[in-house]
Amino acid sequence: MTKKFRILVVDDEPAVRESLEDWLLEDGYDVGVAASGGDAIAMVQEKSWDVILLDLKMPGMDGLEALKRIKEVDSGVEILMMTAYATVDTAVQAMRQGAFHYLAKPFDPDEIEMEIKKIIAHKELVLENILLREKLEEKYEFEEIIGKSHAMQEVFELITQVAPTDSTVLITGESGTGKELIAKAIHGNSPRCYMPFIVLSCGALPDSLLESELFGYEKGAFTGADHRKKGRFEMADKGTLFLDEIGDISLKTQVDLLRVLQQKEFNTLGGEEVIKVDVRILAATNRDLKRAIKEERFREDLYYRLNVISIHVPPLRERKEDIPLLAEEFIKKYSFEMNKEQLKIAPSALKLLMEYDWPGNVRELENVIERALVIGQHKEIVADDLPLFRKEPYVEVFPRSLKMMEKMHIEKILGENDWNISRAARELDIDRQTLYNKIEKYKIKRG
Amino acid sequence: MSRCVTICPIGFVEQDILEHVAQCIERRCSLGCRISLKIEPPRYAYNENRGQYNSKLVLKYLLQCHPCDCFRLIGVTCLDLYVPILKYVFGIAQMNGQCSIISTHRLLPQFYGQPQNLDLFMARLEKTALHELGHCLGLTHCRDRRCVMYSSARIEDTDFKRPDFCPTCFELFHWYLERSLS
Repeated sequence: MTKKFRILVVDDEPAVRESLEDWLLEDGYDVGVAASGGDAIAMVQEKSWDVILLDLKMPGMDGLEALKRIKEVDSGVEILMMTAYATVDTAVQAMRQGAFHYLAKPFDPDEIEMEIKKIIAHKELVLENILLREKLEEKYEFEEIIGKSHAMQEVFELITQVAPTDSTVLITGESGTGKELIAKAIHGNSPRCYMPFIVLSCGALPDSLLESELFGYEKGAFTGADHRKKGRFEMADKGTLFLDEIGDISLKTQVDLLRVLQQKEFNTLGGEEVIKVDVRILAATNRDLKRAIKEERFREDLYYRLNVISIHVPPLRERKEDIPLLAEEFIKKYSFEMNKEQLKIAPSALKLLMEYDWPGNVRELENVIERALVIGQHKEIVADDLPLFRKEPYVEVFPRSLKMMEKMHIEKILGENDWNISRAARELDIDRQTLYNKIEKYKIKRG
Repeated sequence: MSRCVTICPIGFVEQDILEHVAQCIERRCSLGCRISLKIEPPRYAYNENRGQYNSKLVLKYLLQCHPCDCFRLIGVTCLDLYVPILKYVFGIAQMNGQCSIISTHRLLPQFYGQPQNLDLFMARLEKTALHELGHCLGLTHCRDRRCVMYSSARIEDTDFKRPDFCPTCFELFHWYLERSLS
């Protein structure tokens, strides 16, 4: 089952809205209707649409004005103008203003179907490109784990040893230590490297949603299950499934998970068919699972299933010798991104970095360096550029443009979540598709 | 819930056509069928400018004429049908609903200037009936061009597909069916 594309029908005539809605629902699209240009703009502001079928002649705001304003809100949405024969010239004008195409009313059924399929094929290609780009970048993740400390050298050694096997690995470590990078490195250096690497952050999801995400569901399995959904286990078949924040899952999900780990098969929610999968499991947690077992919050049998091999990522405060190297790497990364000259760190600033305890670990260091590069006015990074160590309140530098603000915020959240789209989308309180659209719209690139 | 699908002629429809639809549904879907008395199409559904009948209005009228005492209701008509935004439709169904209508008008080879061909016409009729019944049960269009649930925007689409559900649609069809019957 493919992802549901969203189509918004904008027409002042109820009969047109209704017939198009019925027609598109039969095609399995997620369809919305709006009776005016104003309603359409409000709906575009609220959520992301893939295609908008927009009537040219409407009372009040006409189609051309609506087109212009919709494109201002979401330049990524494709718009098909609908028009009577008499106004074809205006429709051509609409195309000059960014409409994808126009359809003369009434349509031939295959005409509308073809136009929508063209747009969807284009959108799928864009999405595929983003995913491929992510995949390509994943290849280099191993090199992105930086550390010359003895503790990190041991971690690298372990990765090299465990990567070629099929063993389950439990990665432990505080938040921000880069557990997902370790998981990607294991996958990227394993024989499964050309197969999917699927991530699921278990901690952020409610139990029912986690179950759906892990095992998928059949259409009609529960209220709102209006299409079949593949679970992450199915998606990760022949590849690797990385279960982050495994220490946060409920006992019920622990039992479900244990069953899959033992039997290598499962049923989707509401499905009769047993699905067999060949998935390597990597799990991570920042919790003390042994203590959780004692407190009966975590099943011992699952712990031993997951903890066949364990890799502990040391906190940054225990490998301070890596700080200069990491800082230098982040300077290189962000200088390039911001098109700035690569700065050095003043000895006094480096001293501060070395003395700090880094409760947020490598992620916190990365954020501090990025911020220092944004606000720094000197030829090198000085102590004053490090906001964490300032006594006086820190004043954020905000861009004037709302668009730039949105772009920077998305970049920040993506960075903080290691470009995990699902996590970032959740944090931004938008869906994945909307996030993909915005990444495309703002041409945000992974650093 | 009864497993009987009612087939209702709207306007004059030859008995052979109605029986063929009934046999196809019985054979392919393991459902019983009965052919009901003919109803006349409502005059208000006719659009003089287009020379066609508004399928939504005909469908609503059919539902009014037939109380919901059967599993599903399929109207069969020789009228040329449309929905306001489209030039024509081969059929129309209430998605996840009770009722659908199929039109034989554009299934006839003669409509396309081709010679009469009863086998071809009957094959088209079977596919259209299964397709609309699938929608009534909740199936959406399939991406497999051979599957009977593939969208028929043109008659060539109907001719290309098979009178069968693909394995996924088959499973879903029967899953919906059992769910509706329980």
